[in-house]
Amino acid sequence: MDTLAYLAQGFSVAMSPTNLALALFGCVAGTMIGSLPGLGPVNGVAILIPLAFSLRLDPTSALILLSAVYYGAMYGGRISSVILNIPGDEPAIMTTLDGYPMALKGKAAEALAVSGVASFIGSTVATLGLTLFAPLLAQAAIYFGPADYFALYVLAFATIGGVSGMNPLKTLLAACIGLMLATVGLDPGTGTARYTGGMFELYDGFDPIVAIVGLFAISEMLMLMETRMGEVTIPKVGRVVPRMKDILFSLGAMIRGSCVGFIAGILPGAGASLGAVMSYSVEKRVSDKNKTFGTGDPRGVAAPEAGNNAASGAALIPMLTLGVPGSGTTAVMLAMLISFNVQPGPLLFDNQPEIVWGLIASLYIANVVLLILNIPMIGLFTRILMLPQWALMPFVLMVSFLGIFAISNSTFGLLVMIAFGVLGYILRKMEFSLIPVVLGVLLGGDMEDNLRRALSISGGDPMILVQSWISVALFALTAILLVVAFVFSDRSHRKAPDIME
Amino acid sequence: MTIARLASIALVGAAAAMGGLAIATPAHATDCIAPSDPGGGWDFTCRTVGRLLTETGIIDSPVQTTNVSGGTGAVAYARVASSRASDEDLLVATSSVAITQIAQGKYPGGTDMMRWLAMLGADVGVIVVPADSDLKTLDDFLDAIRENPSSMTVGGSSAAGGWDHLRLLMLTEEAGIEPDAYKGIRWVNFNSGSPAVTQMLGGQVRAVVTDIGEIGGFVQSGDIRILVAMSDEPIPAFSDAPTTASLGYEMTGYNWRGFYVGGDVSDEAYEKWVADLKALYDTPEWKEAAEANGLIPIWRGGEEFNAYVDEQAEQTEAISREIGVIK
Repeated sequence: MDTLAYLAQGFSVAMSPTNLALALFGCVAGTMIGSLPGLGPVNGVAILIPLAFSLRLDPTSALILLSAVYYGAMYGGRISSVILNIPGDEPAIMTTLDGYPMALKGKAAEALAVSGVASFIGSTVATLGLTLFAPLLAQAAIYFGPADYFALYVLAFATIGGVSGMNPLKTLLAACIGLMLATVGLDPGTGTARYTGGMFELYDGFDPIVAIVGLFAISEMLMLMETRMGEVTIPKVGRVVPRMKDILFSLGAMIRGSCVGFIAGILPGAGASLGAVMSYSVEKRVSDKNKTFGTGDPRGVAAPEAGNNAASGAALIPMLTLGVPGSGTTAVMLAMLISFNVQPGPLLFDNQPEIVWGLIASLYIANVVLLILNIPMIGLFTRILMLPQWALMPFVLMVSFLGIFAISNSTFGLLVMIAFGVLGYILRKMEFSLIPVVLGVLLGGDMEDNLRRALSISGGDPMILVQSWISVALFALTAILLVVAFVFSDRSHRKAPDIME
Repeated sequence: MTIARLASIALVGAAAAMGGLAIATPAHATDCIAPSDPGGGWDFTCRTVGRLLTETGIIDSPVQTTNVSGGTGAVAYARVASSRASDEDLLVATSSVAITQIAQGKYPGGTDMMRWLAMLGADVGVIVVPADSDLKTLDDFLDAIRENPSSMTVGGSSAAGGWDHLRLLMLTEEAGIEPDAYKGIRWVNFNSGSPAVTQMLGGQVRAVVTDIGEIGGFVQSGDIRILVAMSDEPIPAFSDAPTTASLGYEMTGYNWRGFYVGGDVSDEAYEKWVADLKALYDTPEWKEAAEANGLIPIWRGGEEFNAYVDEQAEQTEAISREIGVIK
């Protein structure tokens, strides 16, 4: 079989001492970068690109290094989600929902162990899928038109309500705030500036990374300033070795999350965040029989971690086969490949198989390395908690400022981050969930782009939105989920008085 | 416990050092500002030219690429004008796209704010259709527009009124189609060329206008066909494709890549940069890198280039006014 022969060739590339060392280094660096709030895979990969160039690596080695960082950051992103309630990167947002409550219950190590195994399963599913279905699956993604993407985003927003588990009106309002913030910048259809106040810095809108670090890290800092010293709650660190029982309990969630995340990841532009959101929502619908999600259910940690790792691996598929990045990080990797004179696209698999298969083989290696790093090293990572919060939080703040300055290269980015921090603080004080706000900022632009594209194609006729079977199916799924959510919440309302009586 | 604690401190410390690394600039290094996020054409221009300038020994110091994104280059333009107008160790990557923005008043000033160094190559605008499209030639395409402009949905990588859209309209105008007709063409903007082509292959739009560089792979694989290349000379990699010149149209749709420096840079430093870039342009390494990325090596430098930029800005402004993109 061709695939096996190519894969064997790939392993011979990946097992060369240089490439193996680079993969190891990338895994460690990636996990560290991912675990620090605000420094996600995009920053990690972007920061290491200069290193790849200064080491004069060939394209294959550079891609192996950066992919190991990418996978590593996806593993690492969960760590600060669980321990600090601050997502280490965008896709780790969903992991805070049950990860942090678990940490508060003294199960931080357990949450990290379950999520580590979930990450491994998600990544493995994605890497296997990448190996087997890359050309096939990318072909399927072609049939998603603008109207279908729009329907997909509608579905994503409809599922938020079920995610945050808070007051539905506040959730809706928070999502609207996020969507409104996403309209700032140049109008995608005509290039007209909207809500920029004449500031060129705002022409591209708010950078989701800046918004996220502000909303989570800065607002956390502001919340902390209200807490008196000595009152800070440090989650207790339990045992470090994952128990088979925990893993088996969450195994279904991991596998479901992997599959959902993988599908979300293949869609160009959708990326790991959508993978995490979708897999959490699906898992919540499937498994949340006793209303334990949001209070520290290990399955609520396993599903999004499997989902975001699967999605990030799957995001490589459209990048490699079509030259269309499936996520922000793969866009940076695409950029690097182009500057090495490697043109990803339909021909890459035929013309430069050593790059593609060397990368795929090194992903298998990186994945095993990461599992080993992330199980015995869980103890080490939770030890970050031994630093008192009054010492840790200023450090988080410093890294946030450094990271945001490194990507925006301007003090304006820092001001935007602080503004988002204040907004996040106010919203948290009013008991709003920040996740719908972030999703609005993150997905709003793409959602609008696709709606506008669909309407440009039809000349303004909205019927185009329901003229393909994909969009009809997605809208139907949205409707079903909304009805189910409504029925569930209706039931719980009826139950409440019973308990009161 | 103590070891673990120390290790965790070392861990976070190392990460902080890495964060610091990203913003530390070595002394005497040349800075190349790419006014986009990593991955765009400007980023490629900075990184490739920067790497080759050092590798070929034309300049001694390393060239560091800094990404200053925002406003399609307007943020970098404003920053160079306000704080680095006389910085002689600074290059800024630019292209036709920036000139379009300037001409339409979306930059903080006109082309006279900067000193334009040179263009080193150009990406060629093409009109492409799916391999199995019933539009076999450029004439089929134009006839379809003549018959019913709103039946023609065209995708590209710029907003309405951007360079991809403008050069399509320039060609239709050159072909004798009235503004009232060509305004009816349905323009669908995508973030870049590849998604536009992918969506075209999925049947969402009938044709795509964009640079050949990013989508050459689709032509090589036989998924799409080039109806016309908007250039005088054939594209080296696709020499069979007709050009606007070979079909008798007097227009080109180049997207050139080049550099500017601040407006207060001395004549001496300006001439030095032009000479250095010319030296790079003459190396086989640049030609190889350019062609591998679908660029045709084209040189215009110094005052000649400055004048060319001014002229292009005036031309774009006139067309934009004609089609109502600016009032």
